[in-house]
Amino acid sequence: MNATLVEAVNDALRVAMADDDHVVVYGEDVAQQGGVFRATEGLKDEYGGERVLDTPITEIAIAGSAVGLAMRGYRPVAEIQFSGFIPPAFNQLVSMASRIRWRTRGELTAPMVIRAPYGGGVRALEHHSESLEAAYAHIPGLQVVVPSTPADTKGLLLSAIRDPDPVLVLEPKRLYRSFRDEVPEGEHTVPIGEAAVRTEGEDITVISWGATMPDTLAAAETLEEERDVSIEVIDLRSISPLDRETVLESVRKTGRAAIVHEAAKTGGFAAELVATINEGALMHLEAPVGRITGFDVPMPMLAMEDFYLPNPPRIEEGIKDVLDGEGGV
Amino acid sequence: MSQLDEGPAYLGAASESLAECTISEPERTPPRYQIVDADGSYDESQVPAIGDEELIDLYRWMVLQQVVDDRMVKLQRRGEMGTYASVRGQEASVVGCAFALEDDDWLFPYGREGAAELIQGMPLRDLLLYWRGVEDANKQAANNTFPPAIAIGTHIPVGVGFAWGMRLDDDDAIAALYHGDGHPSTGEYQAGVNFGSVVDAPALLFCPNNGYSISASFEQQTRAKSVAQKGIAWGIDGIRVDGNDVLAVYDAVKTAREHVADGNPTIVEAVTYRLDAHTTNDDPSRYRDQAEVDWWEDREPVGRFESFLQQRGVWDDIDPAAIREEANEQFDEAKAAADAFEKRDVSEMFEYLYDDLPPELERQLKDFESFLEARPDAYDYIEHRPKG
Repeated sequence: MNATLVEAVNDALRVAMADDDHVVVYGEDVAQQGGVFRATEGLKDEYGGERVLDTPITEIAIAGSAVGLAMRGYRPVAEIQFSGFIPPAFNQLVSMASRIRWRTRGELTAPMVIRAPYGGGVRALEHHSESLEAAYAHIPGLQVVVPSTPADTKGLLLSAIRDPDPVLVLEPKRLYRSFRDEVPEGEHTVPIGEAAVRTEGEDITVISWGATMPDTLAAAETLEEERDVSIEVIDLRSISPLDRETVLESVRKTGRAAIVHEAAKTGGFAAELVATINEGALMHLEAPVGRITGFDVPMPMLAMEDFYLPNPPRIEEGIKDVLDGEGGV
Repeated sequence: MSQLDEGPAYLGAASESLAECTISEPERTPPRYQIVDADGSYDESQVPAIGDEELIDLYRWMVLQQVVDDRMVKLQRRGEMGTYASVRGQEASVVGCAFALEDDDWLFPYGREGAAELIQGMPLRDLLLYWRGVEDANKQAANNTFPPAIAIGTHIPVGVGFAWGMRLDDDDAIAALYHGDGHPSTGEYQAGVNFGSVVDAPALLFCPNNGYSISASFEQQTRAKSVAQKGIAWGIDGIRVDGNDVLAVYDAVKTAREHVADGNPTIVEAVTYRLDAHTTNDDPSRYRDQAEVDWWEDREPVGRFESFLQQRGVWDDIDPAAIREEANEQFDEAKAAADAFEKRDVSEMFEYLYDDLPPELERQLKDFESFLEARPDAYDYIEHRPKG
């Protein structure tokens, strides 16, 4: 079927709920209203109020109760309405969700999913546009996936729901309805921890994920035409666990790398990728690895958000810097 | 639209009296439910219908808790135990609540309730191992026991979610969430209890209120006069009970449990006192007067229950010295078993994080193992590094 990214979320939830009656969907405004982005539309009608329910406004208890339900054998898929509101739930992710299996030596587990729309670019209110994926990827025991296409969204969400351990699914809300693409009907999974090579190339590896993927691909296409270079674009899809091998193989081949993300630069996930490349492919590098990111400032409100977000021209310039860069002493 | 004839449920009646529309903090601290007085006397009609054997069991558990506290603190002083949190003074609340639970109920502890864990079925050896920092001690799923919530309040939403699952499964069981008087100050507690009230979670919020969160007195912790009253804000009941009266705690929890099992989260606040330090790392003389400690020492719960058993005529049938000796023997055995517990391999740190070991973790484990092989002196460093 041809679907938008948010329709793919809805489709994945339907498949999962039909497949397993232990899947429970809940969060703020997800049942009666079908979610503020309509990701859960129609689910309550189909599966009833015990499996699809509206909760009090408390990210702490939404995340924490999911741990308890999951320990009990349920498969909670809880929505945090905007990823900007994950921080209240951070304690539950750090102290509970991520370490239940570890603390109990595998006796109790938390197979739960938290899904949250993340990122800017939809002219939302303050606190509605953050990208804190690096903070979540830093928590051992918490898996973090960030799809960028409708098919991957469905596939990763279904994998996350079936996964025996907790998964945070960050959905790029800027891409929720920006384009349609083919999504396989019915059962469709994408393995967690596998990156996708979107375009193959020889001269530079450009790595991104989630919301910045379309702009990254567009920038790469422009540069390929402009400069007669071939660019390998990798969509990480999962940032924890990270598909090191795909990244390293590509960088060993191209000798150059640039990383694009929307989050602030310092301590962002690009830093982890630079370190990974240093560990596994430093001697193949012909130039310093570049980072094209948001600035080290809070995500601005809507008037300035387009100046904060990496856009194709900024990505092009960042890639050019690496292509023109020289290594050595 | 007929339900709107009298207005929506949250509207309430109109009133011209501001006083009538003010929901007040109670002027005095609400009373606590008591069966046995501080001197051990009691009203026969108030005593719950439990046999002499069970009365003696209650006594045994409290004595065991006393012995465990005494010996754990000594072991810690000798460097054979990690930081330990003594229960001394709170034996009645810990045991009374645990004794009122049913077989299928789950315990979500917070760290100061060893006897409750033992009543659930945890081997005493594992209690020692837990305080020695061995993660294997947290394997208590078969005993319906969750690892202790050392991070204050964190277990409340989790226990509520677990209880919610019990209701969805139509189980006739509850989750008992033990917590101290500091937990209700956390967002986790407030969010969790409110959430539980909405999803009809069969969760018992059991709070041995010992007057202190480390050094912060209950008055510094909250302006509320009681923990029990906090439930009003979330539409649930709260009960205050004398936490040094094991029969009152047992009776109150037994009653509350039925209400909880019907999907009504309930707070039971057991008013008590911690006679020992917060943990073996704490010096309580910095924040509380000896006179206060002495006042409570005179009202400690095990002696009170002994007086009750004497007045009840049960005391003649037991040999208190033998009960204490038996508890010490149990501890000796548990200590020997804990000492014999074989140290696990370093892979233990890695293997339980995910169902499947991700490639990067596998790599880190392999690297670490080769490092240990190449540098066995690292073991010496670890063994000889000054501890604590």
